[in-house]
Amino acid sequence: MKRRFDIYAMTWRLPIIFWQFLFFVGPLLFMVAISFFVVKNYRMTEAFEFVNWQKMFSKGYFWDSYWYTIFIAALSSTVAMILAFPASFALAFRASDNLRRWAIFLLIIPFFTSYLVRTFSWYVILAESGVLNAMLGYIGLGPFKMLNTHFGTVVGYLTLTLPLVVILQTVTMANVDKTLIEAARNLGCKPLATIWRVILPLSKTGFIVAALFCFILSFGDFVAPFYLGGSQEPTLPILILDTTKSGQQWPRAAVVAIMMMVTLFTIAFAAIALAYRKGGAK
Amino acid sequence: MTDKKKKAGTQLLRRDVLRLVGGVALSAPFVGRAWASTTEINMLAWYGHGEPDMVGAFEEANNVKFVPKYYAGGDNMLALIAQSPPGTYDIILSDGEFVQQLNAAGYIEELNADDYPFDDMLHEDFTKFPGHWDGDTLYSMILRGGHLGVSYNTTAISAEEATSYDAFWKPEVKGKVGHFDWHLPSLGMMSLKNGNGASLWDIDDAQWQAVQDTTMSLREQVGGFFDYGGTFNGLKNGEMLAMCGIGDWITGVLERDGAPVASAIPKEGGIQFTESYCIGKGSEKADIVNKFIQYMLSPEGQVKSAQMLAYPGFCVTKAGRAMLQEVDPAEAQRSHQLDGMANEPIALINEGRIHYRDIPQQQSLEDWNDFWSEYKNA
Repeated sequence: MKRRFDIYAMTWRLPIIFWQFLFFVGPLLFMVAISFFVVKNYRMTEAFEFVNWQKMFSKGYFWDSYWYTIFIAALSSTVAMILAFPASFALAFRASDNLRRWAIFLLIIPFFTSYLVRTFSWYVILAESGVLNAMLGYIGLGPFKMLNTHFGTVVGYLTLTLPLVVILQTVTMANVDKTLIEAARNLGCKPLATIWRVILPLSKTGFIVAALFCFILSFGDFVAPFYLGGSQEPTLPILILDTTKSGQQWPRAAVVAIMMMVTLFTIAFAAIALAYRKGGAK
Repeated sequence: MTDKKKKAGTQLLRRDVLRLVGGVALSAPFVGRAWASTTEINMLAWYGHGEPDMVGAFEEANNVKFVPKYYAGGDNMLALIAQSPPGTYDIILSDGEFVQQLNAAGYIEELNADDYPFDDMLHEDFTKFPGHWDGDTLYSMILRGGHLGVSYNTTAISAEEATSYDAFWKPEVKGKVGHFDWHLPSLGMMSLKNGNGASLWDIDDAQWQAVQDTTMSLREQVGGFFDYGGTFNGLKNGEMLAMCGIGDWITGVLERDGAPVASAIPKEGGIQFTESYCIGKGSEKADIVNKFIQYMLSPEGQVKSAQMLAYPGFCVTKAGRAMLQEVDPAEAQRSHQLDGMANEPIALINEGRIHYRDIPQQQSLEDWNDFWSEYKNA
């Protein structure tokens, strides 16, 4: 049957399409365009040259930053997923509905405050003369250098992503059919095996989405690696800043930004494909 | 209280409220007119120059309001101007070495040299500062200066050790040497360490390679690359025990707060940053901006500059320095602005131990910046 053009439905659909074109597709196309521009006397000039792409791709520091950013974002995602799991598990299966609601509300509260402020508060905790080292000092440990390290960067990323990961994992596991878990237990499946063979496969989609969100947020974050990681090593967002700050090479910064987007799109599509892949019976 | 009194009280309150509302309504046009007459001056400057401690008194006396836009680094400043329509910025505070580029690009207006106290300068160099003049035409007025050298925590590095850039390589500060994240001052210091002296910016390929090698050899000592706030924090909380690329403009502020930090000009030489005011091309407020520049060159303005909360700078006029010594002898002493003191700014220039910050002469800024990115990633 031929579908009729529905004016009413289109009225509701058009604004979001228009919005996406205006504020996402448009700027994206512009960013691609300026990656071919050149800078003369600190001013961008319209051109169609590949010099920025050649320049960035030929620089070792670009690739160093690229692989480091992927590594540190992946590390942060892995740590977030592992750290979040026990809390999410308890909230999903052990906590009452009321407690779970309160917990999720409390997990949302950090998002009410500025991420930059939350990041700066870590200075007091992670400094060599800070709270954490003082506590470790009481048991004869430390002081440890935590600021301006990879550890500092990961702590910053977790500040941004951990509450979100806990929420996503909790909601996912809370929706797992409890009768399947009980069936597994009744049939003699041990607790850890139940988690591994029943809960995790049933939560696969939500878990992959949680990890993906964590990766995306970490990959594009500037604040944590700059303020807690001391820019060592620079991530791609820091490289964008460096590129624009000195010499005002916005076209080269656009190359870095496009590479970031291509990477994120590729990883996101792969993750979504994995999340919704139907596993066959063995 | 009786009902009648209560009612009277209520009526009085109501009357008061009506009176207040009426008063506000009637005076609103005058308030609006008063606001409208305040002239806004758009300022492009390093952080702190548009804050109340610097411009508050002038604003009050002249019914103007400064609207600052802050930048970090001369090329950042050039880009902000390049990307704005003419007349966007009424007053531009530029690093001395970037004035000639501002002028070459036509971003600044001519100044009248007779408006400024050139006969009162502390050093002859300040009267004909490189790039500030084009022939006999003045384009920028020098305001203040400061020195970059070895900045250090006094509990980790002694004053004697700080007399050489070798202090940055001291094993005890491994992982605790920070960089102000701008290639120009740090690489300039490495050039000085290599013995390039007065020609630190004018180096050939071999010397440039040597500067890169020296810089790379420092990498394992480095604990981070910081912006303005991060540099402050790093030194203040002891995370960084030495800092490359800065000087008294940062440690001076911390010193005032009692932090155990100091800056020294090493034997290999130090770098002087110089800040100058220019009037933006196409500004419609050139007259009041000119008056502000005159004010900042007056003894009062020079004292404000020396005491600036964000970062101190030394006076360039004799009258300014004299007034500083009179009204704030402690700051004059702390910043070595007393005649005969060690590291007295003018004596350092005369002794040839201080070199004005400049841009690379034989390489491009891009070359230096590329290397800086490589260095950060190493």
